[in-house]
Amino acid sequence: MIPLSWYLVLAALLFCIGLYGVLARKNAVAILMGVELMLNAVNINLVAFWRYFTPDLIAAHAFVVIVFAIAAAEVAVGLALIISIYRRRKTVAADEINLMKW
Amino acid sequence: MSFWTDPILVANEWFTGLLADLLPEAWATLISTIVGVVLVSSFGLILVIFLIWLERKVAARFQDRIGPNRAGPYGLLQTIADIVKLLTKEDSIPEKADKLTFNLAPIVSMIAVLLIWAVIPFAPGWIGTDLNVGVLYIAAVGSFGILSILMAGWASNNKYALLGAFRAVAQLISYEVPMLLTLLVPVLLARSMGMMHMVEVQSTWFIVLAPVAGFIFLVSSIAEVGRTPFDLIEAESEIVAGYHTEYTGMKFGLFFAAEFLHAFTVGVLFAILYLGGWRGPGAVEYPILGVVYLMAKASIGYFIVMWVRSTLPRIRIDHMLDLNWKVLTPISLALLIATAVLDKVFAETALRAPALLAGNVVVLLLSWALLRGMSRKARRERQVFKKRPEARAVQP
Amino acid sequence: MTAMQGVFLFTAGLILWAAFMMVTRQNLVHAAFYLILALFGVSIIFVLLDAGFLAVVQVLVYIGAISIIMIFAVMLTRGDVIEEAPVNKNFGWALLLAALFAFGLIILIGQWPAVASLAGEIDTSRDLAAELGVALVSPEGFVIPFEVASVLLLAALVGALMVARPQKKGK
Repeated sequence: MIPLSWYLVLAALLFCIGLYGVLARKNAVAILMGVELMLNAVNINLVAFWRYFTPDLIAAHAFVVIVFAIAAAEVAVGLALIISIYRRRKTVAADEINLMKW
Repeated sequence: MSFWTDPILVANEWFTGLLADLLPEAWATLISTIVGVVLVSSFGLILVIFLIWLERKVAARFQDRIGPNRAGPYGLLQTIADIVKLLTKEDSIPEKADKLTFNLAPIVSMIAVLLIWAVIPFAPGWIGTDLNVGVLYIAAVGSFGILSILMAGWASNNKYALLGAFRAVAQLISYEVPMLLTLLVPVLLARSMGMMHMVEVQSTWFIVLAPVAGFIFLVSSIAEVGRTPFDLIEAESEIVAGYHTEYTGMKFGLFFAAEFLHAFTVGVLFAILYLGGWRGPGAVEYPILGVVYLMAKASIGYFIVMWVRSTLPRIRIDHMLDLNWKVLTPISLALLIATAVLDKVFAETALRAPALLAGNVVVLLLSWALLRGMSRKARRERQVFKKRPEARAVQP
Repeated sequence: MTAMQGVFLFTAGLILWAAFMMVTRQNLVHAAFYLILALFGVSIIFVLLDAGFLAVVQVLVYIGAISIIMIFAVMLTRGDVIEEAPVNKNFGWALLLAALFAFGLIILIGQWPAVASLAGEIDTSRDLAAELGVALVSPEGFVIPFEVASVLLLAALVGALMVARPQKKGK
């Protein structure tokens, strides 16, 4: 049998790889991909805790489904923003999108 | 139970019994599962050989030709000859192609179709795995098909292939919406997403309760397969051959076979969801009859697909998107709501079937009236433009 | 080592490898394909955790919709498919922060006694999808988060359309 810690370590490592992707990547689309990885790590944790501690309840499933919905909404809006920025500025590098910075 | 009424069950018992003597139980289950997977997928792959011959024959009849008639009786061995030709062709890979993705794409496209067969109920007790979310599973594995087209189009490093992939994404993702909505109508009627249960509750076929939903399912499935009139993704007069422009030999053959098998799978799904699957006289006692019924019903859907293919020309890309977003999606949404309400109100009463049928007809008539009004308005506007050319300059 | 453990270790290795390749590839389309591999691995993890419905939804939503749209966006912003440098100038700090985070999380996990617990028996005949469906629309359950999520999706749909729509000339 698999102890809970394995799932938690997997989720922790996946979360940190995603975090690195978000912080270090230049391309805005790649940053969004990193966010997806982090959300997935959270989902693994939610489902693992459900399976090990509260298998009789359904709350974790509801949480995960809502995380799916949030991820879909985030990607739709994020990619629309990126494409709109690309149209005006011809770049998707996050550190070049700095007009609002002072 | 004798061999002739349920050969698969008898064979399975004999085979697992044989293995259980030699190996521990876990290994025996694993091996018999693998054998089952190989059997189901090779059934699909062998079916393709026959389907290609059948389609060529039927298309030939529509075009007043005879079709393949040289290799073997009635040209039955034509496909075998074609396979030999494809296998011996040069396997060319474009120089700047992305090799791994390029080679993976045809395999993914075949897998996407074969995975659907895992949840097809052939007869009572004959099912790969009776998932309780079978319908959702079908929708999910369908997305691998889109993925394979994108992979092929991008990896070929060819402008036409990429254009084909773009069109494919626009078309397949759009038509997934009405397809999923009309998949949900049988789910509502059966109160389950399991494929086996879906067939068991169809004492009246769902095509009687939801004819319009069945029709929309068939149309959007044809678009999902990418057949004429929806073959914009490989429109030879515009973009060479779309996403498989650069493929030769058996890699092209895999795309080709996957498309044919997918077209037949659409027929099978239509038969299961709307035509009662394996149901028929004597199917419960003699499961082998169930397979015959299922294949016969699937052939109806497949024949419609071939018929449409030989009859209609390719539609324009803006018409394709208009048809989806302005016609099929609203109608299927309305149908879903109508089915849900009527099924709840008239549950368990004798009025259920007539009410559902009436609901479908009302939705159809309303949307027809709306569409007519819209097209009249559009025609009037066009006539105004014809009379006063200066009006065109003002309008965008 | 049981068969389950073997499957878990293989899948976990696959996910982490694919995730690592995703954040280090220069070619963004490759990165998106690795993302799909990692997401597919996560759906296998869901199956291992007896959440079959979530595994199927994961494939449908993430691979069928999100990843495809990601690849589409990468291709539409094609000028930058292959960047000169995939990382920005702060990548050293990012690496340090991520490593510290991983280190801290693993230490935290190690200190908690409950992590060694094993999964109890679960009734596999339960229809979790049906239970979830009831929970999402019942007032004692999650009807408000569910409705808020649906409004959010609608707002995202309209917002994405408005943001990405080409500007009209002369405005």
